[in-house]
Amino acid sequence: MAQFFYHTLAGQIILMLLETLAVLVPLLIAVAYLTLMERKVMAAMQRRRGPNVNGPFGMFQAFADAIKMIMKETVIPAGANRALFLFAPFLTFSLAMLAWAVIPTGNGLAVADINVGILYLLAISSLGVYGILIAGWASNSRYAFLGGLRSAAQMVSYEVSIGLVIVSVLLAVGSLNLNDIVLAQRHIWFCVPMFPMFIVFFISALAETNRAPFDLPEGESELVAGFFVEYSSLAFGLFFLGEYANMILMSGMISILFLGGWLPPLGLAPFTWVPGPLWLIFKILFCLFVFIWIRATFPRFRYDQLMRLGWKVFLPLSLVWMIATAGFLMATGLLPQVGGVN
Amino acid sequence: MGALTRTFRSFLLTELVGGMASTFKMMFQPKVTLNYPYEKGPLSPRFRGEHALRRYPNGEERCIACKLCEATCPAEAITIEAEERDDGSRRTTRYDIDMTKCIYCGLCEEACPVDAIVEGPNYEFATETREELLYDKDKLLENGDRWEALLARRLEYDAPYR
Repeated sequence: MAQFFYHTLAGQIILMLLETLAVLVPLLIAVAYLTLMERKVMAAMQRRRGPNVNGPFGMFQAFADAIKMIMKETVIPAGANRALFLFAPFLTFSLAMLAWAVIPTGNGLAVADINVGILYLLAISSLGVYGILIAGWASNSRYAFLGGLRSAAQMVSYEVSIGLVIVSVLLAVGSLNLNDIVLAQRHIWFCVPMFPMFIVFFISALAETNRAPFDLPEGESELVAGFFVEYSSLAFGLFFLGEYANMILMSGMISILFLGGWLPPLGLAPFTWVPGPLWLIFKILFCLFVFIWIRATFPRFRYDQLMRLGWKVFLPLSLVWMIATAGFLMATGLLPQVGGVN
Repeated sequence: MGALTRTFRSFLLTELVGGMASTFKMMFQPKVTLNYPYEKGPLSPRFRGEHALRRYPNGEERCIACKLCEATCPAEAITIEAEERDDGSRRTTRYDIDMTKCIYCGLCEEACPVDAIVEGPNYEFATETREELLYDKDKLLENGDRWEALLARRLEYDAPYR
């Protein structure tokens, strides 16, 4: 049996498919329940009850919503570019899923444990803009177009500071491999020495995923729903899934870069009993909770404030921090050797 | 507040953290909303809900087909036709209310000299089709029979103020 899986091409492919499924199925279920969690937490913070009729604590609400979404009619607006209109949600969705290939859930436990994992993540999340731009343009609607433009501008702006924050983390790690990044946090999580960068990354992640208070592209009050106004049914569902999967992905990135990935908070007995993947799930859940918490707390930014924050505050801050990190590491001789985990 | 304090405040995100602390506290406070289908709010005895045609205790219908309600209805939702019955009394042969036209103003109730047409406490009469909301006499009498106990109590409560 092991012979078949490890030494034949067919076996390898089947193994790969199974690994992919092992990531994708929990991810899709997580997305379904994230929508429920969002509604429940927001309701609690606004002193409402939230969904509580379908199943215990409204547990089946997520599936009820999914079924409703699938049953709806797919409307393709007149004058829309059919092919691109239908392609955009698939792009957004599949990119959100693809990025999960490199996320390690335990020591070496990733579908693809590649050496440039963090670059791969950056590349995939940059491609995400295309889904939104294409959707905004192909809908042939003013609202969608404006939403798409806003979203693209916003995502590009915040990707710059995300990139610089990642660089300062990488300076301290000395490797682009996500596994090494986690292992470098054995002694101390990066969120402690790099706390300001942790905050900058968190806020940029909010902007990157178009979450409140940076949900300008969706801006219900002025743009109706932003780039996906014209979408309905399954196409809308795919956007929705992609957006929430991106939220989980960003939480995963925060956990891996700053919160020590699958590592327990302390290397002591009661903490080490909990398996690594569970720790990662706890940390992702915590980040997601904060995402929702922020949404329940803050009003939406104005567009110029958003741009000012991205370019005039975060960019200089992360640049200065990057140079300071490099200088500190050089001065103290702590700069890690290339390819090695210190 | 000096520029320095302001800078520190904005960089330390004190106001944002304060806001988040307040929303977090709210999570553990009692809910202010009703668990609606299982839990309902109190209703005034004057609440104007679904209409009903009442009967006398002996089972005779109260309506004498005076058509005051039809005349007063500002939405013209009521249609009445009347004829003399075999025993010589004047009764309706048709009493329709178009619930989709009705604005629930309660003027029919005010106009009625015999307390026959009343608006009851029921507000949960949503239907799946429009036609079901075109009430006829049978439906209204049936409503009256169903809600009579409550309807009588409501009239009693409101009587001192009339």
